[in-house]
Amino acid sequence: MKLTLKSSPHHHNRRDTGQVMRLVIYACIPGIIAQTWYFGFGTLIQVFLAIVTAVVTETIILELRKKNTERVIKDYSAVLAALLLAISIPSFAPWWVIVIGTFFSIAIVKQLYGGLGYNMFNPAMGGYVMLLISFPMQMTSWLPPLSLAEQTHGFIDAVYMVFTGYTSTGFNIEQLRIGVDGVTMATPLDSVKTDLSQGFTLTEAYTNSIFSGIYGQGWAVVSLAYLLGGLMLIKTKVISWHIPGSMILAAVLFSGLFYLVQPDIYASPLFHLMNGSLIIGAFFIATDPVSGATTVKGRVIFGAAIGLWIIIIRVWGGYPDAVAFAVLIMNMAVPLIDYYTQPRTYGHKSS
Amino acid sequence: MNEYKELSIQGLWKNNPAMVQLLGLCPLLAVTATVINGLGLGIATTLVLIGSNVTVSLVRNFVPNEIRIPIFVMVIAAFVTIVQLLMNAFTFELYQILGIFIPLIVTNCAIIGRAEAYASKNPVNFAAYDGLMMGLGFSIILVVLGAMRELLGYGTLLTGADLLLGAWAENLEIIVFQTESPFLLAILPPGAFLGMGLLIAAKNVIDKQVELRQQQKQEKKVVQRARVTGTDI
Repeated sequence: MKLTLKSSPHHHNRRDTGQVMRLVIYACIPGIIAQTWYFGFGTLIQVFLAIVTAVVTETIILELRKKNTERVIKDYSAVLAALLLAISIPSFAPWWVIVIGTFFSIAIVKQLYGGLGYNMFNPAMGGYVMLLISFPMQMTSWLPPLSLAEQTHGFIDAVYMVFTGYTSTGFNIEQLRIGVDGVTMATPLDSVKTDLSQGFTLTEAYTNSIFSGIYGQGWAVVSLAYLLGGLMLIKTKVISWHIPGSMILAAVLFSGLFYLVQPDIYASPLFHLMNGSLIIGAFFIATDPVSGATTVKGRVIFGAAIGLWIIIIRVWGGYPDAVAFAVLIMNMAVPLIDYYTQPRTYGHKSS
Repeated sequence: MNEYKELSIQGLWKNNPAMVQLLGLCPLLAVTATVINGLGLGIATTLVLIGSNVTVSLVRNFVPNEIRIPIFVMVIAAFVTIVQLLMNAFTFELYQILGIFIPLIVTNCAIIGRAEAYASKNPVNFAAYDGLMMGLGFSIILVVLGAMRELLGYGTLLTGADLLLGAWAENLEIIVFQTESPFLLAILPPGAFLGMGLLIAAKNVIDKQVELRQQQKQEKKVVQRARVTGTDI
């Protein structure tokens, strides 16, 4: 079976790779601002560390491979991968977590497969899953939104926290995670998963102070901010609507089915959309042009399958959120999807 | 080339069961979380390889061709049982750590592969030496991979050397760095796959360098011969 396929774009495009990547980076800005607003300046430090690590790693490996370093660095793909990884991890994770993760993303997941255009897996998500498996404690230490936190923290605290593990006033991560009601706060998805596993109903789970209604405080706004950036990307035709559209639709339909059957145990589609990383995953991560499907029909299948996997893992799996796993699973299926969804050439009958 | 020298090069480098033939990957990836685990399994496999190669070579003229595979498997299984009982007796804790992977040596394709490809066609002295070299080649990779993973994962080397070598070896443990959050990926099977890939890549790089150097030497010779090619026409 021959699995080669002429990759898109098949149409003329005035943008080069660097411009596309830069536009995606700009589209992340509303989300990053929202994340910083609710979860502290740690996010910005993570982004900075990730980008520095990515550029250094990419330069070294390109030099080793004797490639045109300057041209490749300027396509911003490494910067984008680093950025996506940095906004996916907890904002106050220690500095070495993001450095190891970015190095893995760029060196192993991207460059060892041959660099941009040849990587089979999404670099940011490959790095994320590696970190999640290797350092489960650091990777799940999410802070409560600042409005709910017992301790406030500023920029200096964030710097201290990331590099030393303590804020300038001597609090550690566990103390920062304590909310106003004196209990360590989990993410909305995590808290609901834990409550459900202990036999509570959803209505009871939503009484946790991190929720206002069914939306996690802060988390919903962050999702909306990324939605805004994502819609900007579709408007400027950087990404097509097929992957995010089918992914969100599949997640909504599938979780809606559960919700209709037993609304007390299975969360509503809106809950799944607004909490966790489904939106950012749909618009920024699954739409990676290299590791995603390229044909139009293929993109719809690819997106829908990711949406399906996310709900499956969220409902039955061991992890509260699942975008990274879902994307990686479907990355593996991309050659097959592209093979079976080749568009009919003009003048030929559909087979 | 001397047959012994040839066998050494084949077993240790050119035809290394782990890096080139990629045989026995299951134990290779599963037990190499530490150096000592790797070394223990490596020694066990080497012993089985030598024993089975010698026996197969001795009976090679009496075994009917049609049923040779079942006979070889029985020979191997017998030696695995011997090694298993020996480990149970003398290195009991290591025996428990390696667990199912000791009996699983039977299914290690490297062993039946050597029996079929070499021992069943060659005299006993060569077959024994082939088993030794193949086993050594396999063990070296097990130990190197174990060292990589143990160093990255736990920050130590030679933990639990006393399990294999006796109480005196307890002091052999080297603590390279101490960490509160071990790099779990290196200890888990995916880390073994990554490490194995890196090892194979390193071998390929070395091979390419050697080839390049030989080519450069040969090119010089070609230039010298260029003058006499006209006489053949």
